Amino acid sequence: MSRAALLVLADGRFPAGGHAHSGGAEAAVRAGRITGAGELAEFCRGRLHTTGLVSAALAASAALGMDPAGLDAAADARTPSPALRGAARRLGRQLLRAARATWPSAELDALARDFPKGAHQPVVLGLAARAAGLGAADAAYCSAYESVGGAASATVRLLSLDPLDATGVLARLAPEVDLVVDRAVAAAREALAEGPETLPGASAPLLEILAETHAASPARLFAS
Amino acid sequence: MHLDHTHSGPVALSADARRPDGTRRALRIGLGGPVGSGKTATVAALCRALREELSLAVVTNDIYTREDAEFLLREAVLPPERISAVETGACPHTAIRDDISANLEAVEDLEDTAGPLDLILVESGGDNLTATFSKGLVDAQIFVIDVAGGDDIPRKGGPGVTTADLLVVNKTDLAPYVGSDLPRMAADAKAQRGELPVVLQSLREETGVRDVADWVRARLADWTAPA
Ligand SMILES: Nc1nc2c(ncn2[C@@H]2O[C@H](COP(=O)(O)OP(=O)(O)OP(=O)(O)O)[C@@H](O)[C@H]2O)c(=O)[nH]1
Ligand SMILES: [Mg+2]
Repeated sequence: MSRAALLVLADGRFPAGGHAHSGGAEAAVRAGRITGAGELAEFCRGRLHTTGLVSAALAASAALGMDPAGLDAAADARTPSPALRGAARRLGRQLLRAARATWPSAELDALARDFPKGAHQPVVLGLAARAAGLGAADAAYCSAYESVGGAASATVRLLSLDPLDATGVLARLAPEVDLVVDRAVAAAREALAEGPETLPGASAPLLEILAETHAASPARLFAS
Repeated sequence: MHLDHTHSGPVALSADARRPDGTRRALRIGLGGPVGSGKTATVAALCRALREELSLAVVTNDIYTREDAEFLLREAVLPPERISAVETGACPHTAIRDDISANLEAVEDLEDTAGPLDLILVESGGDNLTATFSKGLVDAQIFVIDVAGGDDIPRKGGPGVTTADLLVVNKTDLAPYVGSDLPRMAADAKAQRGELPVVLQSLREETGVRDVADWVRARLADWTAPA
């Protein structure tokens, strides 16, 4: 495993479409649920332990070589909101494009053939990590960190929050990210033996509901 | 940075001039420029001027609404399946320059669903003077400014004004009302751009988008000419 490859994949500038998404932060800001750094921290903690854990486990499973179609179905089953399923597939397709150009691999090509309209982003992320020579924990780290990093940087733009405060939020969440990654990798190893049904299904109903409201809103800065 | 051919799969990866089946893809022209300079109006006029002779489609990049796409739909310049809107996350230049993935998906989807196409126009959300399109997304770019934004913009320069393949100075009909000095704008633009072309136009007047349409036709002739 190459740490440098991990940095390339985890870099917020990796051109895979994430910049247009807020991880639910825009809807939460509009609903008055995030007004400053304190609430941002709570929002990110909630994401990390729900959608963050689920995504990280999916990514780790894909990195371990589990069948992507089964994982994609598992991701669908764990994402009640149609808007979020759509966003996850669009982001998956964008990530696949970037990953195939960056780390050419037969597995990524096969995924593009099987999912021309995109597979769920964490599944693609896991396969991209594999193509980059990275392991299950690396994939889980990318996914878990992304689940909070995107929301934090979007909130900087939405609230003109002090960027140092937003970065502080992420830094203080780091020990919990470590924890979630450990759980995600353990779950992925179990799923490898038992099947994708055993993957975690933690969900945050409000994120799903707000995602639907957001998708119906006529004016928004972020796609999701 | 293209994949070698043993890996080429069902989707094109970047700026490849050919579709996966080997045919030449549509020419892609980007339109950028400050907010309200007349990008959507120019796109609409180009569609009206070219739609009889070419198969074309449009991608819009709005900042926080779908207004540009909706304007084009309302004006019925093209059938709805030929207009696609991309969302840019509060940062229009990121979507056309630093991370073009959503725009590439949009142009490829248009080719798949409405194709074969000769030309795709990609409008950027209104931005600042440094916004330019990635060469991975478009083959040529037009930068649209207007006389009402201040007649010193060509002198100030910036990547859009100095490097775009075509600079359009729009709304010349308004020059007398806003006190803009057209000959000076033209001279400043020439000084910044050397041999690169500049068009002064008013979409409110008879000639309208004619010169820009001719420029687009010439780009398309270059694009389709056998290598
Ligand atoms: N007088 C005059 N008005 C024009 C001309 N071209 C466009 N306009 C008007 O200028 C306004 C803005 O035009 P748009 O085409 O929406 O500008 P835009 O660059 O697409 O704007 P954004 O996408 O919001 O950045 C509209 O009210 C147009 O009708 C022109 O040549 N002369
Ligand atoms: Mg416009």
